[in-house]
Amino acid sequence: MKRFAACAGYMLLIYGFIFLPVIVLVLFSFQDGRFPVPPLKGLTLKWHAEVLADEDLRAALLHSLVVAVGSSLVALFFGFLAARALAHSTMRGAAAIRGALTAPLSVSYLVIGLGLLASFNIAGIGLSLWTVAIGHVVINLPLCFAICYAALGAGEIQAERAARDLGAPEWRVMALVTAPMIFPALLAAFLLSITFSWDEFLIAFLLSRFEVTLPVEIWSLLRSGLNPKTNAVGSLVFLVSALAFLAVELATKRRI
Amino acid sequence: MTGSIEQIERRRALALLAPATLWTLLFFALPFGVMAAISLRRSGTAGWSLGNYTEFLGNPEYIGAFLNSLEITVTVTVLSVLLAYPLAWIIAEEIPPRCRRLALALAVLPFWTSYVVRSYAWSLVMAKQGVLNEAITSLGLPALALGNSRAAVVIGFTHFFTMLLVLTIYASLVQLPPNLRRAAADLGAGPVAIFRHVIWPLALPGVAVGAFLTFALCIGDYVTPQILGGGNDLALPQLVMLQIGRSADLPMASALSIILMVAVTVAYLLLARSMRAVK
Amino acid sequence: MTARIDVENLTRRYGTANALAGVTLTVEAGEYCVLLGPSGCGKTTLLNILGGFADPSSGSLRIGGRDMVGVPAAQRPTTTVFQDYALFPHMTLRDNVGFGLRMRGQGRAERNRRAEEMLDLVGLTGAGGKRPSQLSGGQRQRVALARALAVEPDVLLLDEPLGALDLNLRRTMQEELKAIQRRVGATFVHVTHDQEEAMAIADRIVVMNKGLIEDEGPPERVYRRPKTRFAAAFLGEMNFVPAQVRTGRLDSPLGDLGPTEHAAGPVTLGIRPAHLRPGPEAQIPAHIIEVMFQGIHRRVRVEAAGLTLLAHLPLGQEAAPGDQVMLAVDAPEIVVLP
Repeated sequence: MKRFAACAGYMLLIYGFIFLPVIVLVLFSFQDGRFPVPPLKGLTLKWHAEVLADEDLRAALLHSLVVAVGSSLVALFFGFLAARALAHSTMRGAAAIRGALTAPLSVSYLVIGLGLLASFNIAGIGLSLWTVAIGHVVINLPLCFAICYAALGAGEIQAERAARDLGAPEWRVMALVTAPMIFPALLAAFLLSITFSWDEFLIAFLLSRFEVTLPVEIWSLLRSGLNPKTNAVGSLVFLVSALAFLAVELATKRRI
Repeated sequence: MTGSIEQIERRRALALLAPATLWTLLFFALPFGVMAAISLRRSGTAGWSLGNYTEFLGNPEYIGAFLNSLEITVTVTVLSVLLAYPLAWIIAEEIPPRCRRLALALAVLPFWTSYVVRSYAWSLVMAKQGVLNEAITSLGLPALALGNSRAAVVIGFTHFFTMLLVLTIYASLVQLPPNLRRAAADLGAGPVAIFRHVIWPLALPGVAVGAFLTFALCIGDYVTPQILGGGNDLALPQLVMLQIGRSADLPMASALSIILMVAVTVAYLLLARSMRAVK
Repeated sequence: MTARIDVENLTRRYGTANALAGVTLTVEAGEYCVLLGPSGCGKTTLLNILGGFADPSSGSLRIGGRDMVGVPAAQRPTTTVFQDYALFPHMTLRDNVGFGLRMRGQGRAERNRRAEEMLDLVGLTGAGGKRPSQLSGGQRQRVALARALAVEPDVLLLDEPLGALDLNLRRTMQEELKAIQRRVGATFVHVTHDQEEAMAIADRIVVMNKGLIEDEGPPERVYRRPKTRFAAAFLGEMNFVPAQVRTGRLDSPLGDLGPTEHAAGPVTLGIRPAHLRPGPEAQIPAHIIEVMFQGIHRRVRVEAAGLTLLAHLPLGQEAAPGDQVMLAVDAPEIVVLP
């Protein structure tokens, strides 16, 4: 009983710590006053309405979605192909290539972004959403590769063999047998990549110029100080992210 | 005659590997090389030199920022592990399996909000008229000047990394074969002894990896120090961004980033060495 | 359809190890051929080379007269039933069986019709809508067979297909496989390490060891007149007795064992335990060491003339360790080995 109390107490404390900023954020986004700080005056939806009407924010939201979906699709496709090539491979150097493909996971976004910025400068390539997307593929590719690689077990390899034996060309083996068999992993990798890209600030900040993604737009908003409108943006973003996360959970619950 | 089918398979494998490998080479390895090369030039001059690095070593402001980052990162890593471990352990051990997924999901739900927004939310909490101070002053205690300080940065970081570590430590704990615990108990070990002799050492590699990840991500982070930190107490990433933005000094920015990477690599090597020592 | 397989001097090296050390074999069209041997003998390697999953290091392979070296699995007139069945878990049985037909461009209606036909052939009528996860091991094996046969291959390769089944199920499946092969007419090449299975099904047994063929031919011939010592011992229990050929007769520690046409000199005699038994003319004294009940007879380990041998005693005769019995040898059944 004492143990239960101690555990419950600790859990309450930590969960409280974890949810504190989010609760404050959401709460004060309804603040009927100029500053999102206590005391809480009235409740109003006007900040949320303003956010939803803000054109810059809406544009940034669209940009974020496009970059997220686009870069995730590319990362997943390339990662899937590479994982298939290396899974259960007896190639010399397979381990080295695997290491090289997962290396970007342990490198700071600052380094990745700065490297790309310097390179684009030298190559004379202008900054845009495209350059942001390129950077996002770099950070998501290792993740997609790792997830697909882990999902390709002996069962998948044998089924591929059977498909080849029955006359299937390589692309059909991948499309009709391999991909459907690891579908939950593919979905998880895709949704995870979208989430990382959607939320990513540093690379997007460094590699975009006029058209920006949502985190960058929010950043500019922040520079103007405490403002319930910022809270409203944050709350809405939290809502969307939370829903997306729940979607991932539900999607990966249903296994074949 | 040898190798016809194997040749076909190898060619196929190489073709499949090509897109990912080329992308990584072109947009990761190459830029990294470019950055390293640039760090050896001085802004505005031609020719190679280690000038950026010597400037770093000679400038107390730069060294100060570097030490700042190190101190903050180490503090955050230790704190986050201390906070996350018990929760991860509770979820892995005490919570019934059905509820575990929910408990984990709750523990990391704020993780999935915008990172920028979350740091901003902390600034709300810790502002002079913020929620925390409201609560403290209402109890009659003096208000804390937490906003825009190193403490705020540490709190903001710890919040994020505690969530991350709960996930990684949980994953490490849950992998332990249950029979080990039963065997120890069977031989007379109490819960504390089981933790000390069985769980802690075996979960340590996973915990160490999580701690390393924390170190690597924290030391390179720009957002939290910028939002929650004071203007005097800069962290190294902030200096890097200053070089890029205000001074357009890419060479210096590159050099500073490389120094950051070196710090992370050193940490990695220390980790690898201690892991090998444990084995 | 069906086709003949011609293998000539096939070798396969992995580094310094020889998986196949020079195999020459002909399997006639429509034959049921069984590759038999212990693990590591090269039978699975040979099957993989036949199926197009591996290259030989040297040698030639022709199926239906066409050179097959370098031709990948998808383009060969062979299909394989894998040891772990390798069914597609996300497809119905109908789609599984029809997969090869789909690859050949057949329309859905035609595919489904043929798939139902094949499922019927293997005894799974009407199960087309199910998924592999809903089936037992034996049922999955039949689906794998149906899937491989649906495309009417010239050669069907089976990699230890019955290994995961229990004994009774295995015996039933052996009969069914034989019946199906007769109906379908394709050439079957079946790999196993179970000699009973091999003898029961094969038209032609190929006994392999260390990458070489020890003996091959109809089961009865290989069993009764094996060509090598290994083949003799692998197909069933065998007593090996050293002997000398003198003046056209076999002279052994067990006495004179009859005439022979073998050249003079030392030989090894192979005597099956079933052919070492009591009888009216039994003249060999033997001392019983151990007795094991085997249903149809008793298998006894005896000591005779300084040799330890295995013999079969009929049930009617009481026997216990320590007893003395008199045994005779069925001379015509003796195998003379070099």
